Formats: sequence, C-alpha cells, structure tokens
Amino acid sequence: MATSVRMSAPPPTGARALLLRLRNGDEVARLITLAFACIILLVTVGLIYQLWSTSALPRHKFGFGFLTSSQWNPVTGEFGAVPFIYGTVVTSLIALLIAVPLGVGAAIFLAELAPPRISSTFTFFIELLAAVPSVIYGLLAFFALVPLMRDYVEPFLRKTMGFLPVFSGTIFGLGYLTAGVILAIMTLPFIISISREALLEVPTEQREAALALGATRWESTWQAVVPYARLGIFGSVFLGLARALGETMAVTMVIGNDPKVHESMFALGYSIAAIIANEFSEATTDLHVQSLVLLGLVLFLLTIVINALARLLIIATARRGSS
Amino acid sequence: MKKSSLWLGALGALAILLAVAPAKVLINAAGATFPYPIYGKWFQEYTKVDADAQINYQSVGSGGGIRMFSEGTVDFGASDMPMTDEQIGKFKAKPLHFPTVLGGIVLTYNIPGVTQDLKFTPEALAGIYLGKIKKWNDAELTKANPGVKLPDADIVVAHRSDGSGTSFVFTDYLSKVSPEWKSKVGSSTSVQWPVGIGGKGNEGVTGVVKQTPNSIGYVELIYALQQKMPYGYLRNAAGTFLKADLESVTEAAAAAAQSMPADFRVSITNQPGKKAYPIATFTYLLIPSKIDDPAKKKAITGFLRWMLKDGQNDAAGLGYAPLPKNVAAQEEKQIALIK
Repeated sequence: MATSVRMSAPPPTGARALLLRLRNGDEVARLITLAFACIILLVTVGLIYQLWSTSALPRHKFGFGFLTSSQWNPVTGEFGAVPFIYGTVVTSLIALLIAVPLGVGAAIFLAELAPPRISSTFTFFIELLAAVPSVIYGLLAFFALVPLMRDYVEPFLRKTMGFLPVFSGTIFGLGYLTAGVILAIMTLPFIISISREALLEVPTEQREAALALGATRWESTWQAVVPYARLGIFGSVFLGLARALGETMAVTMVIGNDPKVHESMFALGYSIAAIIANEFSEATTDLHVQSLVLLGLVLFLLTIVINALARLLIIATARRGSS
Repeated sequence: MKKSSLWLGALGALAILLAVAPAKVLINAAGATFPYPIYGKWFQEYTKVDADAQINYQSVGSGGGIRMFSEGTVDFGASDMPMTDEQIGKFKAKPLHFPTVLGGIVLTYNIPGVTQDLKFTPEALAGIYLGKIKKWNDAELTKANPGVKLPDADIVVAHRSDGSGTSFVFTDYLSKVSPEWKSKVGSSTSVQWPVGIGGKGNEGVTGVVKQTPNSIGYVELIYALQQKMPYGYLRNAAGTFLKADLESVTEAAAAAAQSMPADFRVSITNQPGKKAYPIATFTYLLIPSKIDDPAKKKAITGFLRWMLKDGQNDAAGLGYAPLPKNVAAQEEKQIALIK
C-alpha cells in the first residue's frame, strides 16, 4: 500500500467499477471473446450429449459388451465395436510409424539445412498438399497405391519378413497396411509444416551456443535445436494423429470394409469412421442407427484418451528436459 | 427521386404478379438413390403437365427416406425395399406402396484369360458368397461352363460396403436359393458377409473387380449397362440361363403379378417363368393414405396417374425396366385409396 502514493483517489468498487471498465471497452472485449471461447465448450458438451442421448438403445441392450464384442450383424441385431476400434487404432499407428520419422526429418532439412529458396518452394508445395480434399487422396490410393501394394510392396514384405504373423496371409492390395500408408501420406504435410514452424522459432543463440562449444552442424541441430522445439513437434504429431483417427473417405476406399479383427496387416479391416459413413444412410432399424451413433461416441472418447496420453507424454518429457 | 419511384413501380408490378399467379404446390420427397435419375426427370416433366406441382426430391437413400417419411419431414418417401410391418406400425394412417420401375442385379467378374460370358447357377453363387467355393475351377463352376478354361485361382469376392437396397435384393435372392445363406447370413441392406472385400457404391464394387484379378462382384444392371461392363448369365427358377436385360427384368414382375399382394409389398426375386431374370426388384414410392392438403393430394395423385402411363415411356431410355402392364393396372386402382 505504501507504493500507491501516486493514486489520487481510492479505486472505484462494485457496479461503478464495471461501468468504468465497460466504458473503456476492455470489459466489452473481454466479454465478447469469453463468449466466443464458451462456444467451443458448448459445442463439445452438446456433441457428447447428442451422441449419448441418441444411443440409448444399444447402451442399454449391450452395455459394456459393446466394447468387447466383435460381432457386427445388422440382420440379427448384434453390434460390437472391437473390429472398428482395432482398425482405427492400427491404421493410425501405421500412419504415425511412417509419417513421424519422414515428417520430422523433412522439417529438419527445410528449417535447418536447406537454402532459403529451396525451403520456401518446398514449403509452398507441402502446404498445398495439406489442402487437398481427402477423397482425392482416396482416389489416388485406390488407383495408384493399391496396385503398387498388391504387386510390389506386400509381396516383398511377405518374402523378407513373412515369418512374422503381421506380414503373412493373402494379399489383396487393400487392407490395414494400405490404409495406414495413405493416412501417412495425408498426415505428412501437417507434421512437416508445423514441425518446420516450431524449428524456425528456435532462437539463433541456441544454435550459436552449440556451435561455439565445438558441435558440428548436425550435432547442434539434433542436440540443441530439435529438443528445444520438441513441444511444437509433438503438437504436429498429435494433429496428424487426430486427422488419421477421424479420416473417413480415403480409409473406406482402401481398407476393404471387413468387420473382423485380423493379425495380418495385409488383411481387410474396417474403421469407425468408415462404417458410420457406409451404413448410416441405409440403416433400417433403430438399433442399427443408434449403434452407429454409439460408435461415433466411442471414436470421440478414443480421441480424448489418445490426446490425454499425448498430454501426459509431453508433461513427462518436459519435466525430464528441465531437470 | 426518379430512381425510388421506379423501384416502387417494380415492387407494385411484382405484387400484382404474385397475386395473379396461381398458388404453386411445393411437395417434398426423399428416399432411394437408385431411381434418382428417372425421378428427377419425371418430377421435371410433370411440371409440363401440371405447372403448379413442384416436387423436390432428395436422394438420401432408402433407409433415410423411410425415416424422413415416418417423421413427417417429407410429404412422401421412396425406397428400394418395401417397409416392414414394424415401420408401418409407426404411422397413424397406413402408407401405400407404389412400384415405379424395376431394377436388376448382375454379376460382374474379372478373370484374366476368360473372355466368354460365364454361367452361374444359384448354388455356385451362394457357394462363392458363403466362402465355400474358393477356386474358379471348382466343379460347381466348371460343370455349368463347359468349354471355358477356368483358372486354378482363389476367388476374390466383392460386395457393397455401404448399406444399400442392392445388397438387400441380392441377399434376399441368396436367402431364397440357399437355406444355408438364410440361416447363416439372412437378408438386409447391410449384412455380416462371410467373405469378401467391401466397396462403397456400385462404383466401389466395380473398382475392386476391375483392379483385382480373379474377382467377382454384384452391381445394378443399369450401372453395368452404362459402364459397358461384362456380366454373366444366371440360371433362373425355371432352369434357363439368362443374361439380364430390361425385358427379362420386367418379365420377373409380370410373373409375380399373379400372386401380387394388395399392398405390393413383395419380393420378386427368383420368380417362376422361363423369361424371368431371378435377381429383380421393384423400387417404390411411399405415399400416405391420407393427405390433408387438397392441393397436395391433387398434385400427388395426378403425378401417380401420369407416372403409371406416360412416365413409363421414359424408363427404358434411362436404363430402367418399365412396369409390366398388369402391375400398372393394379396400381391405378390403389390410387383411389388415397383419402
């Protein structure tokens, strides 16, 4: 209080204070932006409520059995989510396994090693790729990727690593692996573009310090710059993962749409988003429609769980980094 | 000043025009995608007959059409399969089924080295889709195709992944010819397929078949005709092998006419009759039996009468099989039930 000698009058309180701030405009701006922020919360809550309330039939009929059953039979009215959860998770994991090393590697090159002219040209094309509608990727996958996988990639994998159950079995060209590869192609632009931004944000001093200590250019990049930008890189990976989990058109065109759980990555599968897109418009019984809605809720929860795990991972690495 | 008076004049003229012009009747309908091309043409052409009748059609799919119709969102619905008793039970006034045109389903395949049209028996087809006939040179297939050199290759089965009236008719047919299919799989717009790759839509199934060697799939006849795809013969209930065309599909309905139930809710797959193609289906308009608005009632009944006579002439040109005369006559009588 001793420092407040410059204050000529006691600060106004209560309603008068609000009025004053309203007149200043600060309060108006605060309230308006608060309302905007609340819309996000409202949409999320509304979405969950809607999914929950329109899936009452299967929730009561199957309970938690919905999450453990592999049956999906619209004729007999038995519905279970396992093959779809499996397909969604497996294809997204394949996508990340391929896209993360490629994407982060490309981002390091563009941000750290490439001359600026090349870097900006490449970045332009990458951002172009991010804007391509997914159905175009689906067509590309169906007409170009499927024959490639069927005739070259999958036979090669079976020949070299066929002793592993994941690389054995009949080859169709469609299936988990093909879906995973197209998802990797689709998530790559996001990972490259955001990781590059994050790497460019790293202060020059960070690099100079490493170089001054006698590090080579690569050592400085790998040991000083990349760890500094890791939060941004993680963020790009999760954005890519979110796209992979929810991708519908491209996946349904190449995954084979077979609601079973298969060990082999060459086998046909199904994803949550794909079955909703496929069966919703022609589902005839209420139980069938509501089971599809319930699958939507499962996908929503799956996304939340994966995002929460990602957050934990970030917190864990951040702590390790600072200690 | 001058400008504003001009505006006023224009507004006045518009008001007079609106008052003089007869009230247009706006009718909303929704349902099956399969007949959408011909419905679009019909609803447009009918405005030439009755300028006041404006019918909007959304092709949301049969299931969606039935749902929107039963919720009262649209004035009438359209579906590739008849409504079930359970669905009808939700209505206060029983809805009426009006078959409009017919469609057929054919088998397309891609076997390298085989150029002849293959012949399929119902047993072979059920065996393939049950996953029991695994190879193209299975005895069941070679027996029906003497002279064709079928390879010793695994059959890749393709089916629709999206729920569809086409799948309903196809599985309905398999249920009729194979007791095993009936007990194991059954019939619906989507079923639990024992084997096979799911393709989205006719184009998805076609894509899988064209791209995958030694594959087989089923598509709508109209689609196969438009795309000039090869398709096989199928043995009908009378024991003759038929290659589907519009005539043999219409014949299936004519054969069913003798035993037609009053509400037209009937499956016309596997009909007797030497010339009847076995996988055929009606597609329906679902009309409420009680229409309160007299203007709407006049427009809808007027359209139905026109559709059963003049409208049928448009069918063949768009690849749909027209209704046989005896069925159209039975439907004319049903119009009187709309109150």
